[in-house]
Amino acid sequence: MEASAAYAVQMHGITKRFGAYTALDHVDLDVRKQTVHAILGENGAGKTTLMNILYGLYQADEGEVFLNGQKVDIANPTTAINHGIGMVHQHFMLVENFTVTENIILGDEICGTAGILDMRRARAKVLELVEQYGFDVDPDAKIEDISVGMQQRVEILKALFRGAEILILDEPTAVLTPQEIDKLIQIMEDLTAAGKTIIVITHKLKEIMRSAHECSIIRRGVYMGTVDVTQSSEDDLAARMVGRNVNLKVQKTPAHPGEVCLSIRGLSVKDERGIEQVRGLDLDVRSGEIVGIAGIDGNGQQELVDAIMCMAKATKGTIAIKGEQIQNTSPRNVIDHRIGTIPSDRHRWGLVLPMMVLENSALEHHGKETFGEGIMLDYDKLYSFTAELIQKFDIRPAGCERERMSGLSGGNQQKTIIARQVAHVPDVLIAFQPTRGLDVGAIEFVHKTLVAERDRGAAILLVSFELDEVMDVSDTIAVIYHGQIVDTFEQGTVDEEQLGLLMAGGGAQ
Amino acid sequence: MDNLVLLAGITLMYSTPLVFGALGGVVSERSGVTNIGIEGMMVIGAIAAAATSYFTGNPWLAFLVAGLCGALMALPHAVASISFAADQTVTGVAINLFAPGFALFICRKLFDGAAMSPIVTKLPKIFGDGWMRGTVWTNVNVNVTTVLALLLTAAVWFVLYKTKWGLRVRAVGEHPAAADTLGIDVAKVRYSCVLVSGLFAGFGGASMTIAIISQFTQTAICGQGFIALAAVIFGKWKPFGTYGACLLFGATQALTIILGGGSFPVPATILSMLPYAMTLVVLVLFVGKSVAPKADGVPYIKGSR
Repeated sequence: MEASAAYAVQMHGITKRFGAYTALDHVDLDVRKQTVHAILGENGAGKTTLMNILYGLYQADEGEVFLNGQKVDIANPTTAINHGIGMVHQHFMLVENFTVTENIILGDEICGTAGILDMRRARAKVLELVEQYGFDVDPDAKIEDISVGMQQRVEILKALFRGAEILILDEPTAVLTPQEIDKLIQIMEDLTAAGKTIIVITHKLKEIMRSAHECSIIRRGVYMGTVDVTQSSEDDLAARMVGRNVNLKVQKTPAHPGEVCLSIRGLSVKDERGIEQVRGLDLDVRSGEIVGIAGIDGNGQQELVDAIMCMAKATKGTIAIKGEQIQNTSPRNVIDHRIGTIPSDRHRWGLVLPMMVLENSALEHHGKETFGEGIMLDYDKLYSFTAELIQKFDIRPAGCERERMSGLSGGNQQKTIIARQVAHVPDVLIAFQPTRGLDVGAIEFVHKTLVAERDRGAAILLVSFELDEVMDVSDTIAVIYHGQIVDTFEQGTVDEEQLGLLMAGGGAQ
Repeated sequence: MDNLVLLAGITLMYSTPLVFGALGGVVSERSGVTNIGIEGMMVIGAIAAAATSYFTGNPWLAFLVAGLCGALMALPHAVASISFAADQTVTGVAINLFAPGFALFICRKLFDGAAMSPIVTKLPKIFGDGWMRGTVWTNVNVNVTTVLALLLTAAVWFVLYKTKWGLRVRAVGEHPAAADTLGIDVAKVRYSCVLVSGLFAGFGGASMTIAIISQFTQTAICGQGFIALAAVIFGKWKPFGTYGACLLFGATQALTIILGGGSFPVPATILSMLPYAMTLVVLVLFVGKSVAPKADGVPYIKGSR
């Protein structure tokens, strides 16, 4: 396509290599002015790399960038900012103990003489922007005290403050409640109406359908074309993104729950700063059912899971497995009670990346006779155990038993953890953010495995910040807010809107 | 009453080197670079001040040279920890090991193999010797460095909280990636802060050897740099908080001297432990509760989160 002033951004033939690995292979992108343009791709497809090139954080090895039909050379973020490009990163780039105003002016400070900050003028300018776009943001609030949705609006304000005409939003809905997502989509509409152009990086199909005009798809660093969203469907987009037809809906039969297996009563847990995060929580999980905890990050989920695993101290209350109390014992004791965990951060808790896959497969149960005698580990036994898992769970690359864990992709690392847990036939399986950072294909696998474990008779506690996941996979949905379960529902008896309100504290007494 | 005035005077005197060193720590750590090499930079400042004052007879010039030598000593720390993302504790330790030996070497080279310098010209005291002479108030006739330390504290506070450079320093120390995306040169900010911290530490060394005592000895600086770092933590990385913490540690040192000279039957060896024991106690009690700048001690590598 020729460079034209009808397009706010055009990137042609962009190639980027990291060593021997080609992250982007001659990718094209043409974004019409005053539209919302989505960039769709799985994790690691190269979406963010492409945008980092546009924002000047990386340099392309090949290719050209045009803004409004003019060829430009963007060497660093400062140049990008001067060209009117603003970027809202997935992990917010906000200084937590600064005020909203301080964060907005940082790097482009409003000063009197000799570099002395003029905070009064800065505040007035921020307020002016806030009112112009109808944002609900207090310029004097500290970032650590405001909601995630508001933090995101601060990020957008940062870009607008610098005169951005083109806004890049990297996975903007990942951390938002349904209500906040509605608000964001409204903001995107307002901004395009005011003449701005918006590029959204995402792998969430539903939001593309709702907010974007056009959508460009990247698969493993290769440009797969641009579609008009009104002429497309979720299934079509998913197939283009993954390269095969995917089943977006979780397939399962109704649950047949048995006895209560995991029972939590009046549980209170403090975080490392001594602040009570779980406040008298009650929860039952029966064998043969999946209980999903819906909630926004930071409402006590981490502390709840830590307390069950005896990684955090329960200050009050009890946790029982089949009637036997296990709180405040030891992780070893918990594992011996046949509780398996899929931790939220596989790099921090689940795996030892520099160790081999077969060593990682034995973790938690490495002391068992299956893996050796006395203090000795029998590597032949480890090998055959791992080879079986690799085959059964299709962990790739095949024959990776003696590879380092760090050499596997995120999806295959997660498969290794799940395979390990399932191999020990747990009575209770705790899945904390089990699909975090995984692509559609791997997500499908994780959900299938959870349902299969349920059907085998395990009690499954699913804790996730992805509301769709909780709603699709769980048989019972429990909403956590402020360290308490505020309500529970049978699957299908509650809609997203209602859950969103409860998650945001709308139902708290 | 007399004892109180004496205590106040000695407290101010002995807290001065700590204040300079601690302000250096504040500036460096606020930008995200741990600097446990303050001690070594103070030692370099101490020998540089004594030698310059001895050979030129100009203590003001000596004070300045001490600062510059401190900054020079900070340079390798900056290069290693910022440009090469090395472990900041290791380079700090290296500086602390190197500096005392190097200072002694220079001292022996300059002063015919002696382990201490001759008596050198000192910086003036502020109130002169007028009416105070002979009264207890001569004890608060403090060194000019004591006043400079207070002024410097105010200046650091002003720059950190009221200017754009301060905003940038604090941002780089909390969230360097955020600063980077806004076009702020993280490495440049950190370099300047580490060099300034060396400058201040050099002043600290000088305020020992050309203000409190009037010569360089091997024990002129012995642990003040570490006490200063404890003061940074106790003062929550804030300039005036740190100043207050330095006064507290200075007071324990003053107590040591007063009790030692009085009629208390306390062995001097026990007394001289006091400032260090106090430092330990304060650290044990407060180190967990004090919140350091988020990126303190973490090298910034572009592209990592």
